[in-house]
Amino acid sequence: MVLQATWFFIWGLLWALFFMTDGFDFGVGTLYPFLGKSDEDKRKMINSLGPLWDGNEVWLITAGGVTFAAFPLVYAVMFSSLYTALMLILFALILRGVSFEFRGKVDHPLWRKVWDTCIFIGSFVPALLFGVAFGNIFQGVPINQEGIFQGNLFTLLNPYGILGGLLFVALFLVHGALWIAIKTDGDLHDRAAATANRLWPVLLGIAVVFLIATAVFTPLYANYLAYPVLFLVPLVAVAALLGVKYFLTKKAYFKAWFASAATIVFCTFFGVVGLFPNLFPSSIDPAYSLTAFNASSSPLTLRIMLIVVILFIPIVLVYQVWAYVMFSKKLTEEDLSLEEAY
Amino acid sequence: MDVVLLSRLQFAAATMFHFLFVPLTLGLSVIIAVMETRYVQTGNETYLRMTKFWGKLFLINFALGVVTGITLEFQFGTNWSRYSAYVGDIFGSLLAIEATVAFFLESTFIGIWIFGWKKLSKKAHAAVMWVVALAGNLSAMWILTANGWMQHPVGYVIRNGRAELSNFGAVITNKFALLELAHMIPAALLLGAFFVMGISAYHLLKKQHVDFSTRSFNMALVFGLVASLAVAATGDMHGVHVAEVQPAKLAAMEAHWETQTQAPIVLFAIPDEENERNLIEIGKIPYILSFLGYHDINAEVKGLRDFPKDERPPVLITLFSFRTMVALGTLFPLLTIIGLVLRKRLMENPWYLWIMVFAIPLPYVAIEMGWVLAEVGRQPWIVYGLLKTADAASPVASSQVLTSLIGFILVYGLLGMVGFYLMFKNAVKGPEPADA
Repeated sequence: MVLQATWFFIWGLLWALFFMTDGFDFGVGTLYPFLGKSDEDKRKMINSLGPLWDGNEVWLITAGGVTFAAFPLVYAVMFSSLYTALMLILFALILRGVSFEFRGKVDHPLWRKVWDTCIFIGSFVPALLFGVAFGNIFQGVPINQEGIFQGNLFTLLNPYGILGGLLFVALFLVHGALWIAIKTDGDLHDRAAATANRLWPVLLGIAVVFLIATAVFTPLYANYLAYPVLFLVPLVAVAALLGVKYFLTKKAYFKAWFASAATIVFCTFFGVVGLFPNLFPSSIDPAYSLTAFNASSSPLTLRIMLIVVILFIPIVLVYQVWAYVMFSKKLTEEDLSLEEAY
Repeated sequence: MDVVLLSRLQFAAATMFHFLFVPLTLGLSVIIAVMETRYVQTGNETYLRMTKFWGKLFLINFALGVVTGITLEFQFGTNWSRYSAYVGDIFGSLLAIEATVAFFLESTFIGIWIFGWKKLSKKAHAAVMWVVALAGNLSAMWILTANGWMQHPVGYVIRNGRAELSNFGAVITNKFALLELAHMIPAALLLGAFFVMGISAYHLLKKQHVDFSTRSFNMALVFGLVASLAVAATGDMHGVHVAEVQPAKLAAMEAHWETQTQAPIVLFAIPDEENERNLIEIGKIPYILSFLGYHDINAEVKGLRDFPKDERPPVLITLFSFRTMVALGTLFPLLTIIGLVLRKRLMENPWYLWIMVFAIPLPYVAIEMGWVLAEVGRQPWIVYGLLKTADAASPVASSQVLTSLIGFILVYGLLGMVGFYLMFKNAVKGPEPADA
């Protein structure tokens, strides 16, 4: 029981870290056509992600891999149920990744335009659909006793699912705008900061609607009412969101970005805590829901994987923090003139 | 069309496309790490230019390898959910370990390598490339451990209606997986070496970048020579193990129908699977199959007729992929040995340089055929002896799979063309001039 519950929270943590890290990549990519007025602006934006996006994306691979390893039944049912949505996300991620590499390789406006479009699609679509997917998981998905999905892509596009999508997009847009503000100066920096300021009330509005809608559409608050101390999780999320505005006003963009990162992590945990012990709840009958206790791997596998995760995730964090520190300074002319730069 | 067939086509398309890029990533990363190390040791700018030029081609290739790998990890869930539920306890953990231990390292450090030229010391920057190269190959080790388990499952018990882990040590020391690794790593190095040799040969033929290309060629030649010999040797060991644990695959590789001792091989055959015989057999050589499979000319080799009809792999594909791989695998050491002889007189032997230019695609063909043999030869099993492919697909609508399959073909087809065009363009353009 303890082992399975531990894995449930590791599972949530890995998704949260994925959203926190790749989230600003998605945000930058979505803002890209709007903030990138000149080719130089655009190059600054993608080079601000250049050294980091690939490592960030591995959090998704790890979250997926850990779902497979610790909760194979969830991996099987969740990914086959969300087939079309997941395929769209994967194709979008493919486009995003190659676009960064390909864009600068041929000097022709049409060539760049094609990859510019792909960068936008490849960032916006995953941001939206991950939100839609998690919104649907929070409210339950029509799976029957055999774990077979009774619906299609449009089943997922219900009001609460779409609201989840909008929340994710708004979170990542603010997160991404702050990153651009950190990494650039001059006009682009000013516009990025202004964008973060303008988007913040929108994000706040969506977050409030989402918290209320969650009470209407999902059973997520049941855990909170049973253990009111858990309300600390959404409270921290709200406090962090207010912190974003506070630091924005003080033009402390690094601190604002950290507050935004905390908002994303605690928003994810708001859902994860509310879900417990469900990983993939059925909206047809709660008895069909896949939980940490009925869908997990064997105790031996869970123990071995726990050792792997406890040993290696801290190591990963250390070298990723090292990379972030190395590439946290504002982009310079020298960075952009590097032969290898995007 | 049914979901199983469509899902198999999709998985084949996705893995084979992914594997156009992975071997070059594995092999070339090591060669580039050596180039950069030589630069640090000697201070010779040519080695720096070599690192940069081959690095540029490496990165285009790397991007395609990474993005096409992501879809694979998720396809087990989207398309093979019954398989995933059945084997996740073991197979899933191997994939998760791969991501945590190896892929994170590779992906984070490649970013540091690309953008860190001015931020790190020369030594540290070269060390970062070594981390990338080792992490990539470490990644391959975990993936092959997972594949090895599908080929020859060990360390499990059947409990709760699924395969559960009983002995982790047995899984990670699975002889099948270790042999795959011992065969695959040198094969990737061979591919990387032929890539470098072929492009260098092109520039030598054009009499341009002569010093640069000669150095590149000769450095790659060392890797190519060692790797081509290692591939042949480990291939032989691997074949013996296949004979022991996957006898049906061995029989299909040789279109061998009748159980017999002193079993022959045929150089060429067209099987008639309906009537359990070969329509055409050319070049029958006695004893050889017994020798290849068991290193004993008198050994008995079980024929396909003695396997139930529903447990035989498709003979034609298995046979042809094996023959293509072996023919090419024999050619590679010949080419590298000729290279060794001519290495000081490359410019005087344009015929050899032309052969090496046209040899660039051959290791790709050999490696793809090796995987076709491994995977098609395992059929009808998805996990050998435990679970059939027909019972492993997801309960999704065939229209969904058809749509995604078309998506894969379109997106991968376009990206593949763009990727190879960019590599071709940059390869032909050659390195930057010395003073740039």
